[in-house]
Amino acid sequence: MSRADILVAGVGGQGTLLASNILSEVGMRAGYDVKKSDVLGLSVRGGSVLSHVRWGSEVASPVVPQGSMTHLLAFEPLEALRGLHLMNRSAQVLCNSQPIPPVSVSSGDLTYPSMETVEAQLTKEIAAVQMISATKLAMEMGNPRVTNVIMLGAFSTYFDIDPHVWLDVVLAGVPEKHAELNGAAFQAGRDLLAKE
Amino acid sequence: MTKALLSGNEALARGAYEAGIQIATGYPGTPSSEILEAVAKHYGEDIYAEWSTNEKVAMDAAAGAAYSGRRTMVTTKQVGMNVLADSLLYTIYTGMEAGLVIVTADDPGMFSSQNEQDNRWYAKLAKIPLLEPCDSQECKDAILKGIELSERFDTPVLIKTTMRTSHSKSIVELGTRPETPRDVPPFTRNQRKYVCTAMWAKERHPVVEQRLVEMADFAETMRENRIEMRDSSLGIITAGVPYTYVREVFPTASILKLGMTYPLPQDLIRTFVDDVEQAIVVEELDPFLEEQIRAMGLDVTGKEHFPACDELIPDLLRQYSVDAGLLDAPKGDDLIEKIDHLPPRVPVLCAGCPHRSTYFWLARMGVPVAGDVGCYNLGCLPPFNAQHTMGCMGASIGVLHGMSIAGAPEKGVATIGDSTLFHSGLPALANMVHNQSKGVVIVMDNGTTAMTGHQDHPGTDWSLHGKTAPRIPIEPLVRAMGIEKVVPVDAFDTAAVKAGLDDCLAFDGPSVLITEGPCVQVTKPDLATYSVDSDACIACGTCFKLGCPAIVKSNLVHEATGKHKAEIDLTQCVGCDMCRQVCPTSAIHRPGEGSSK
Repeated sequence: MSRADILVAGVGGQGTLLASNILSEVGMRAGYDVKKSDVLGLSVRGGSVLSHVRWGSEVASPVVPQGSMTHLLAFEPLEALRGLHLMNRSAQVLCNSQPIPPVSVSSGDLTYPSMETVEAQLTKEIAAVQMISATKLAMEMGNPRVTNVIMLGAFSTYFDIDPHVWLDVVLAGVPEKHAELNGAAFQAGRDLLAKE
Repeated sequence: MTKALLSGNEALARGAYEAGIQIATGYPGTPSSEILEAVAKHYGEDIYAEWSTNEKVAMDAAAGAAYSGRRTMVTTKQVGMNVLADSLLYTIYTGMEAGLVIVTADDPGMFSSQNEQDNRWYAKLAKIPLLEPCDSQECKDAILKGIELSERFDTPVLIKTTMRTSHSKSIVELGTRPETPRDVPPFTRNQRKYVCTAMWAKERHPVVEQRLVEMADFAETMRENRIEMRDSSLGIITAGVPYTYVREVFPTASILKLGMTYPLPQDLIRTFVDDVEQAIVVEELDPFLEEQIRAMGLDVTGKEHFPACDELIPDLLRQYSVDAGLLDAPKGDDLIEKIDHLPPRVPVLCAGCPHRSTYFWLARMGVPVAGDVGCYNLGCLPPFNAQHTMGCMGASIGVLHGMSIAGAPEKGVATIGDSTLFHSGLPALANMVHNQSKGVVIVMDNGTTAMTGHQDHPGTDWSLHGKTAPRIPIEPLVRAMGIEKVVPVDAFDTAAVKAGLDDCLAFDGPSVLITEGPCVQVTKPDLATYSVDSDACIACGTCFKLGCPAIVKSNLVHEATGKHKAEIDLTQCVGCDMCRQVCPTSAIHRPGEGSSK
């Protein structure tokens, strides 16, 4: 692969930024020039978070133009739809199927689209869409906060990079006491995609 | 050569290390906060770093440290420069005994600021050099160059990043730290230089003007100002992160990349403009470069193509350039259309946030509320819509005072956080006491500077350098300032918050309600299995009015009203208990209590 432009989409508090940091570090260790850009500040308080991660031989802008994204890693279905227009039609999409309804749904009159609608809207534009139940699996493993590591495990199967490189970077970013759980979560993510 | 993937802010911290900086001060503010955090975390052994009470104090402290012979850095977000400016403007007359750089992180696109001001004007106002790095490598280099310029010309130096430069990550080559002095000499007693009393400051002004001329000369040969000749039909003058966007959108255009954007290298600019058929200026926000270049009599355009609002990220730069006829419209792009009408995800107070109870009641009572800067500014958004002004740090109390002296018919309320109170709220509170106005100041004390990432302040018992600190307690402090009515309450006790509000609103004078509750992002409680008894829930929507992301609409509908009942999202609830307290039918249960349906 000569380059990858990855969109990481999620909700503040889901570990979206940790994931985009991990992707950047993996890219550098794989020998790419890397730039990444994300929005912090108020958006971490339950707002939408979009991170751009670019791997290439030489990367100019940290912000990716529309239509150039080669991969989407979405931690939340609604956020996958929100970032969809940035994607190239030949992109690969990995989307967690657990909705996090915004307060505009719970306290307003807006409705959250059904999972069938979300999947239909994604596949209408892009052929390679993979929905996975990462949050459900994380809760089965005892901690919903490892959802992002499960997602990264699954996402790593899209790339021809040694899984140990991924795992090293993942574990470098988590506290020692959670290393075992996160290692298991990463592997569970890889297995999930291999099985499905 | 060791390389590392660093954010712009981490690279600025690394630059401080490699430039031999020994003192770093600032006040947190997005997008600048991570600079001092990285200094303290990675280089705390070598560099003293502190969160000062506000930006002006940070700048004065930096001046004193640089007068003492230590290389020093100050960090601020763009609007913090307004607070810092009074102190900056005397250091330009005094100069220092060691290098001093000020980093301002601007916010084009206004991701987390109250305005979109362009701080490059401060360099022109203060007549000091301005460096604009475009990526993390240049962020690191800018600190080293800044210290070099500062000591060569005896001037403070301004370094401007933007949210994109500060928060983007890219690869940086790491260098080493030079020898730094262990001890400093006795404090210099050079009154004619360091006392800005009019008669002596008047002697310093010509020094400032002469220095500016010399720095402009120096700018002509700086390697940070460079011409990249490609196709000569279009030449683009640019600086900072827009340079990377220009490379993306105009890969074949010639570029004059300015690393130092004040004072400008006039000969270099003339040469470049002469060598290309058409010259344009690509800069975010104000026509700072364009105005200066046009004032040189050169034929360049800029803001007639590119608006003064928002960022110029590649998609926007391309669109404006196509509209201006500078680029052909892209052909054959099969772009995916943006999906409209998705439910917006506006930021909300976190599940378990102590601020929620205050805004729940303020929304119900409908009193006029002057707000301030912090997470609690979210009180202006749905479902609360309970905050009616917000201007800048510390403004709430002064605005409340103004409402009172203007004779506004209702008694008003100011909401201000603990860190903001220490930043600039205290002088305004003293003013309320001294000038005898009326109103309720709610100090929302969550024990940290939460929104910018949980930094310390004088009301916390720790400091950035990791040591314990004497905590200044707010209740005796405001009592000592002459506030007679002071009511501290537990923010998680919704009835106590309501009673405290009623009590303070009834008081005939200035009062302070302190709502105390630690930030949930600091305490990080375990998830709690609260539940809603769907038989008891009458779908009244009271709990939804708390605006808690853990309270969601159930698929179950209340038959009589047709409205959705509530349920708890167990991946988010941390058991703050507020929803259980406000539920009129006692339908919400603690873990293990009642029946879960």
